[in-house]
Amino acid sequence: MEENILTVEHLRKEYEGNVILDDVNLSVKRGEVVVIIGPSGCGKSTLLRCINALENIQSGTIRLQDEVIEAGAKNLAKIREKIGMVFQNYELFPHLTVIENILLAPVKVQKREKKEVREEAVKLLERVGLKDKAESYPRQLSGGQKQRVAIVRALCMNPEILLFDEVTAALDPEMVREVLDVMLELARQKRTMVIVTHEMQFAQAVADRVLFIDEGKIMEQGTPEELLQHPKTERTKQFLNIFHYEK
Amino acid sequence: MNWEYIHKFLPLYEKAAGLTIKLGVIGILFAIIIGLACAVIQYYKIPVIRTIVAIYIELSRNTPLLVQLFFLYYGLPKVGISTNAETCGIVGLAFLGGSYMAESFRSGFEAIDQIQEESAMSLGMNTYQTMRYVILPQAVSISVPAFVANIIFLLKETSVFSAISLMDLMFTAKDLIGLYYKTTESLILLVVFYLLILLPVSMFGTWFERRVRYAGFGT
Ligand SMILES: Nc1ncnc2c1ncn2[C@@H]1O[C@H](COP(=O)(O)OP(=O)(O)O)[C@@H](O)[C@H]1O
Ligand SMILES: [Mg+2]
Repeated sequence: MEENILTVEHLRKEYEGNVILDDVNLSVKRGEVVVIIGPSGCGKSTLLRCINALENIQSGTIRLQDEVIEAGAKNLAKIREKIGMVFQNYELFPHLTVIENILLAPVKVQKREKKEVREEAVKLLERVGLKDKAESYPRQLSGGQKQRVAIVRALCMNPEILLFDEVTAALDPEMVREVLDVMLELARQKRTMVIVTHEMQFAQAVADRVLFIDEGKIMEQGTPEELLQHPKTERTKQFLNIFHYEK
Repeated sequence: MNWEYIHKFLPLYEKAAGLTIKLGVIGILFAIIIGLACAVIQYYKIPVIRTIVAIYIELSRNTPLLVQLFFLYYGLPKVGISTNAETCGIVGLAFLGGSYMAESFRSGFEAIDQIQEESAMSLGMNTYQTMRYVILPQAVSISVPAFVANIIFLLKETSVFSAISLMDLMFTAKDLIGLYYKTTESLILLVVFYLLILLPVSMFGTWFERRVRYAGFGT
């Protein structure tokens, strides 16, 4: 029996009367990689933000393992420790060095031994090719480097699940690969992940399951082969066609 | 130029400078605390208190320090609250400076993207940790230039303390001019002492601005 890490049931989200997410149901098992695709403005970021309770929701439930996630809950900070979030624009803390960025939450929030976390952080930085950047400030790094640091920062919390919101969308093309490679490596390690991306080949390679969201609803889902190669609905076909170039 | 006169009254000026520095430092320390508290209240948009803060800031910024001092020094005893001149000076400076500091910190807070806060919270930080480790250091480092300008402004403002009989630099100079008519010497000493206090502050400020800019800016 595989354990459900994340469960979203009948999620409904509105902004000022506009329905942004409508009856979204989703469960993610341990070790599963779910990729979410869909046109801009369809609600992908909002879904990830709801999962982290950065947005309040109108109805439905979101659970991490057995714990209900809702804005304003007492144990919210505790639950968020278990949800790693990586943002489109990295959101490193500009006043701290790379290593300080990574150590801050494990030391101050999880109260772990600084020395022990540092060792782990340095190992992870080495894995993503940034060992020599530990003492640099974010402003001294390229976009791709910043994003790899943001991933390491999330990993050092030992989260149950990682959420990625278009983490390569702000990068120059030559830097996209270095970030995607890190994520592929995480998938190989059987990390549980929900990834929002527009990189279709990457989705094909990394996903166990792909979800297509349109106008706040999950329109279609399946394995990468099913959804990306043989989409069933017209909307999915139309959307995927945007990524095809033929003479 | 009468060097003998200068030599004779130098100790008086030194003592007066001591008072100016003492009242200035204490008043400014309180001003910083008040300013930070106000800026944090405004950042969290705490209802009611936020309105009180806004009223305080307007009141404080739009009345001269001299008037505030008169109010404290001559006004309060009329309603039965006894005051001494030094306390009035400190309270007055803190009252005036608090609003200026609040405004400089506020501009720092406003320069920080909300997503920085979300980034901190998604790492499991609570409200206090987010403020303490992520928002505050950035806000303060952004406010440093305005903050340093405020310190210099407030130190200069202490020159009105003489109006409530505090024997600060200004008082001493006016007093000596009245007694001995050595206007040039008295004023030169006055200027020199203010420069001796303010130049180091200004130089430290420039150094400090460069330092925090190097550490924190230009992501
Ligand atoms: N703070 C907000 N206030 C009002 N509407 C918002 C807000 N954030 C997002 N939206 C709206 O919600 C919809 C979904 O946005 P988003 O989740 O960012 O889409 P995606 O990430 O799929 O591009 C969009 O129509 C957007 O305009
Ligand atoms: Mg988005």
